[in-house]
Amino acid sequence: MRKPVLTIAFVAALAASAFAKEEPKINDAQIAHIAYTAGQIDIAAGKQALAKSQDPMVRMFAEEMVRDHAAVNDQALALVKKLGVTPQDNPTSKSLSDSAAQKLKDYEKLSGHAYDVAYIQNEVAYHKTVNGALANTLIPNAQNAELKGLLQTGLKLFQEHEAHAEHLAAAVH
Amino acid sequence: MRSGIAHIGLVTGLAIAMAFLPGLSSAKEPAVHRIVIGKMAFGPSPPGLHPGDTVEWVNEDIFLHSITAEDKSFDIDIAPKATVRIVVKNAGTIRYICKYHPSMQAQLVVEPK
Repeated sequence: MRKPVLTIAFVAALAASAFAKEEPKINDAQIAHIAYTAGQIDIAAGKQALAKSQDPMVRMFAEEMVRDHAAVNDQALALVKKLGVTPQDNPTSKSLSDSAAQKLKDYEKLSGHAYDVAYIQNEVAYHKTVNGALANTLIPNAQNAELKGLLQTGLKLFQEHEAHAEHLAAAVH
Repeated sequence: MRSGIAHIGLVTGLAIAMAFLPGLSSAKEPAVHRIVIGKMAFGPSPPGLHPGDTVEWVNEDIFLHSITAEDKSFDIDIAPKATVRIVVKNAGTIRYICKYHPSMQAQLVVEPK
């Protein structure tokens, strides 16, 4: 099984920010950027799955990921615009994006069943990690009530995705 | 004259009673019951749901959901901010889920008339 590179990078980046929480506490602009980036990464992964997978269950899952994450991100964009907040790039977002780009490249070389298994296993690990970050870091630190509310709805949705991915992983392994 | 006053009084009394107890005047008329979907959850089964009544779901979430009955009696997609309706036919309990987010589960409890 391939190492969940993206997951490790995400955990490391968040752990670094958590350890440094006495100093520059993560702000709403950074939280919005991280949440948006995490969503975009899963949309890109879903689009790659729709281009590569022939499995109807995998394709249905990928469609759901693209549709749901796009809905959350559209809402996030509307919210930051309304609040006059400019999402702020930060080491966690950058680490996420870099790792995701590498992962897309790696998965591009896979095909058929091997690709399906890799994609779904990564979706399980990725949602687990993002949900942990939302619950333990992003939601507790969010100051704006609307942003916090959107992140909480996002967490419920992504927990659903995690459960769906786990169910699918058992079916396509 | 006295009977006229009594008659007016009775009619007024009935009108007031019916205004405050609309259930008495429409107990057998089909009703429309609304269930709100929000924050990835279905609202509860409406009380007083009977065969022939209409159930209307309103999706206040930003996600596509579905109303999918376990007994396959209905399976309808509901877009964000959209409304869908069904008419319940028989008494009993109908369990349903969102097929896109299967941990969203709820039930309709249809009471006999």
